[in-house]
Amino acid sequence: MADTALAAPPRSPLAHAADRLAAATRASRGAIRLAELPFLTQVNVRLDAKGAAADAVGLALGLQLPLEPDTVVRAGESTALWLGPDEWLLVGPPGNERGLESRIREAAGDEPVSVTDVSAQRTTLLVTGSRARDLLAHGCPLDLHPRAFEAGRCAQTTLGRTQVVLVSRDEPRAGFWVLVRSSFAGYLADWLLDAATEYV
Amino acid sequence: MLLIPCPWCGPRDEAEFHYGGQAHVPYPEDPASLSDEEWARYLFFRDNTKGPFAERWSHAAGCRRWFNAVRDTSTNEILTVYRAGEERPETVESRPATSQPSPANPARPALEDEAVQAEGGSGGTAPSGVEGAEPLEDGTGRGGGGETTQPFRHPTRGRIHRDTPITFTFDGTAYQGYRGDTLASALLANGVLQAGTSIKLGRPRGIFSAGVEEPNAVIQIEAPFPEPMLPATTVELYDGLVATSLPGQGRLATEPDPARYDAVHAHCDLLIVGAGPAGLAAAAAAATSGARVIVADDQPELGGTLLGTAELPDWVEETAARLDAAPAVRVLRRTTVFGHYDDNHLLAVERRTNHLGAQAPENVSRERVWRIRARRVILATGAHERSLAFADNDRPGVMLAASAHTYVNRYGVLPGRHAVVFTTNDSAYPTALELAAAGVSVQAVVDTRPEPGEWAERARAAGIEVLTGHAVTGTEGDARITAVTVAPYGESAGQREFAADLLLVSGGWNPVAHLFSQAGGKLRHDEELGTFVPDTCRQAVEVAGSASGVLDLGGVLAQGAAAGARAIEAEGYTPETPALPKPAAQPYTPAMHVFTVPGREAAPRFVDLQRDVTVDDLARATGAGMRSVEHTKRYTTAGTANDQGKTSGVLAGGVVAELLGVDISALGTTTFRPPYTPVSFAALAGRDRGALHDPIRVTALHQWHVEHGALFENVGQWKRPWYYPRDGEDMEAAVLRECAAAREGVAFMDASTLGKIDVQGPDAGVFLDLLYTNMISTLKVGMIRYGVMCRPDGMVFDDGTVIRLAPDRFLVTTTTGNAAAVLDWMEEWLQTEWPELKVHCTSVTEQWATVALVGPKSREVLGSLAPRLAVASEDFPFMAWRETAVAGIEARVCRISFSGELAYEINVSPWQALALWQALYEAGAPYGIIPYGTETMHVLRAEKGYPIIGQDTDGTVTPHDLGMNWVVSKKKPDFIGKRSFARADTARPDRKHLVGLLPEDPGTFLPEGTQLVADSVLPAPPVPMLGHVTSSYRSAALGRTFALAMIKGGRERIGERLYAPVGDRLVPVTVASPVLYDPEGARRDG
Repeated sequence: MADTALAAPPRSPLAHAADRLAAATRASRGAIRLAELPFLTQVNVRLDAKGAAADAVGLALGLQLPLEPDTVVRAGESTALWLGPDEWLLVGPPGNERGLESRIREAAGDEPVSVTDVSAQRTTLLVTGSRARDLLAHGCPLDLHPRAFEAGRCAQTTLGRTQVVLVSRDEPRAGFWVLVRSSFAGYLADWLLDAATEYV
Repeated sequence: MLLIPCPWCGPRDEAEFHYGGQAHVPYPEDPASLSDEEWARYLFFRDNTKGPFAERWSHAAGCRRWFNAVRDTSTNEILTVYRAGEERPETVESRPATSQPSPANPARPALEDEAVQAEGGSGGTAPSGVEGAEPLEDGTGRGGGGETTQPFRHPTRGRIHRDTPITFTFDGTAYQGYRGDTLASALLANGVLQAGTSIKLGRPRGIFSAGVEEPNAVIQIEAPFPEPMLPATTVELYDGLVATSLPGQGRLATEPDPARYDAVHAHCDLLIVGAGPAGLAAAAAAATSGARVIVADDQPELGGTLLGTAELPDWVEETAARLDAAPAVRVLRRTTVFGHYDDNHLLAVERRTNHLGAQAPENVSRERVWRIRARRVILATGAHERSLAFADNDRPGVMLAASAHTYVNRYGVLPGRHAVVFTTNDSAYPTALELAAAGVSVQAVVDTRPEPGEWAERARAAGIEVLTGHAVTGTEGDARITAVTVAPYGESAGQREFAADLLLVSGGWNPVAHLFSQAGGKLRHDEELGTFVPDTCRQAVEVAGSASGVLDLGGVLAQGAAAGARAIEAEGYTPETPALPKPAAQPYTPAMHVFTVPGREAAPRFVDLQRDVTVDDLARATGAGMRSVEHTKRYTTAGTANDQGKTSGVLAGGVVAELLGVDISALGTTTFRPPYTPVSFAALAGRDRGALHDPIRVTALHQWHVEHGALFENVGQWKRPWYYPRDGEDMEAAVLRECAAAREGVAFMDASTLGKIDVQGPDAGVFLDLLYTNMISTLKVGMIRYGVMCRPDGMVFDDGTVIRLAPDRFLVTTTTGNAAAVLDWMEEWLQTEWPELKVHCTSVTEQWATVALVGPKSREVLGSLAPRLAVASEDFPFMAWRETAVAGIEARVCRISFSGELAYEINVSPWQALALWQALYEAGAPYGIIPYGTETMHVLRAEKGYPIIGQDTDGTVTPHDLGMNWVVSKKKPDFIGKRSFARADTARPDRKHLVGLLPEDPGTFLPEGTQLVADSVLPAPPVPMLGHVTSSYRSAALGRTFALAMIKGGRERIGERLYAPVGDRLVPVTVASPVLYDPEGARRDG
């Protein structure tokens, strides 16, 4: 019994929508690309940005925690998102949450930090393609124009009727990450696919 | 929508924020030392300031920081924001109300209204299949014939596409028109003038205008999309259009609208509303600066009034082409800006495919709502021509003068053959001349002014008789006007009668100040124009063109270009100086200010055609004592129809002023409210319909529940399995079966929706001791405690379990519906009251999937899947938790019971939840395991007397009322709510207590909400109520129905008989302890 369960692959919140996202992507011929990026490591870090832990953690991660609100710092495969003046979300490839957590706790030493694995709390949708901004503008009140929301910016805001963390990726043609609470992911996928009706 | 500047994230929409009440009301240092009155003052009393007011806000949908804002409560303006803990800034300045720049030339006459915004398409966003911005024909009017079927069509004039004839049906008759026609222009071309009858009096009414101000020709579209109450003057003609006239009132469609509607957010440096001469000039000045500009106009092509007068066609075309080509400019045609809200947030509706009729592509939204946030706004919304209140002024054939001009020049239609023109100002003269040139026989121009000046000479030179100092005193005709009677103004002698089928009227011009007024702008009365013009506004708004009261074309163009340049300069861009045409200066004689015209005795003089309101009706209102136009409006309904009094509002004000003998400037106008023109509910709803109406939250196990036949209950936005009926079972049978399995064997439930908050930090214990009524800091690592949270008033707010994960780390669970509220609550106290506490809270609701495994056989099932877990009661006691592998999946297992049975809550990653669930289903099969839903959960907990916060409580209930004194610590010096428990009110003996109720007939079911009374016979009202039923179920375990209720002094009534009015019966019930099942708690350990 235990062995069969071990063999069961993990199931992501949008596994059931993968086919529809792929079909819309194909049909749009480059206008819109939609895909779930499942199982990314996501670790929430809270610490005093002015305290000793901030630098130590940055050093241990090889990644300076961004101090400017609503910005992102990326180093290699890891990205740190500003969520608040004492709060960040570290995002990286799947399976790294324990390693990250222990590195942060070690680096902080006796300084008070909070580290919480939230990898399953939200899933990540990739929204890219030439009409990605237009698609998001159907439901996001933020100004997504490159002058206002350039690559390297992030924001906690609303999309449709749900809250999201929006990241403007700083790699060429990388588009946006939309991090959404797992329970809302199905709604948001339906919402995006419906919004894309005109582009596919 | 306000734009609130978060001190961290910058300006964001108001919808991202939660309001937190008055700022700087600190939690008292020692609540215990306060008198009841002092404590009540802290709890319940807040300032109610008019003007600047410091208040707390939370950026709830953003960075979740609490901050303070000073808001002017009279203007709703946020004056400043500052971070929590900072001092309130000494002085803060309101935004000044700025005056509109004074125009170079004051009021001079020009023509027509200037475009009131418009259309779809747009640079780069028009999807394929939608007709975009291609200009309609250039106005040469060349093309095929067809005039034989359209007797009033001019052979050459107009911008219609004569090579694209269109067939449509009106009132059952098929007609032909052309692409580029409106329904109104096509009807006129076919000689159809009457487009309905009036709502109250049933009088025939004809097409009165050529635009959105139309009061009469409001028609019903029957096909292809049924839609009621559309002005025929705004309906673009398309093939297959079927419309009918209306008796003043339409019919809603009975079938669902199959079209798509959507919405989009847009941002710009400058929004220009209206693309007539002023709007185009403003856009030309801004187009190449790099500033992000949106131009919205309600017509299919740009040009506004210039389309109607056929002036400057080349400049319009060139400018439109430049705007379409400018990369930072978005031109929205067929787009009506209908609302102007706080911080330059404007709503517009773009009609994208209506004009395509049945050819509209299905995947393109029919209409789109634009939510535009503009740094600056130029309102170039033009002016509406005003009518005059003369006798029988409502017959078909009476038309606004400039509208006739538009019909001739834009649509190539003669609205009549023999016209009389009645005016108080210069603007009707060019119309008269143009109509005469187009072949209309203009019988006379009747001008109330004794000396109309140069224009009258020009008319006379063209062979038109001009009657100065005259007015129209009456009309004849039924389905169409046949004759017009005129007389010297104010006199009854000297009448003359003219045979005519068209009477054109101009009573002056009203700037379209609707949006300006909605934006908070103030209007002032302009003596020369005799109407109200924009004056001051706090928002970054400028009004240009005839909307500002400037009526001469040269002045309009210059003013528009200057406004465009000023706006983008203010945003840091460099404007260009556009090459503007220099129209020849026109003669000018001031207008005469006339509202009512005496005429034939007893003939009605209509003010509001759409509501059938006459001068006499307004006289009755003033006679009844009304002294304000807001009151006369409501008394007579003038201005309340779906045209919202566009042609009648100022006229009604003028009439009321005359009746009261006051100056109209002292009366002002009625309030302009959005929408400027009617917007359909379908457009406003957009895509938020059906499944997307509200987000549906689901757990990782949702699909399994669906596949296994669960019916669902909405809990907040969550879909939770309610019960799992088997073939033929009703809810009662399914729930009895599920309850029996949980009490006698084993059953399992998806409990993933419970809110979960990770609380970390060295002060976590201190913090939770302040939040919960009971002691949390003494909890040992590895153990779990139930806790209750109250508001400062002592009323229960939430409950749940607290798990101690580590000395400095707890996991708090909340009720399903309250997860976000509890986290906000924690953040509010931490950030605003106790920032010194080293503790952080993080939501982990969806980080964990939770399965409740319940029943006497649950230990066997768990044991078979968790070989490394010692499951015996002494090894794994009640309210302990263990980490272990369950079915090979890392899990945190908690011995918690919400049913009184031996039970476990197994928490795993949601990515593994389905594997765990399936393993439990398999391992439990030998014991008859079945899934159960929320209804069974409720029955099981109610049998044990466990309240559900929000169902059995309502925000007026203390823990003591629930009989939970044990959860209120007496040792802690303070916690939220403690001081309130010492208030006299919370100690009243007649407070309502949670008790059980047993109907004397064990089969009688008490509906939730049933009231309870003391007597077996109802006394005369008012009947004293003792309380009400909060939960009611049938119990498999008890073999009967039972209920929970909140009853006054309930604990002292246990054993008493009360009565519950159910239908027309009084059902006898016995008050009991709320714990009806296993009161000793013997089943907890299995």
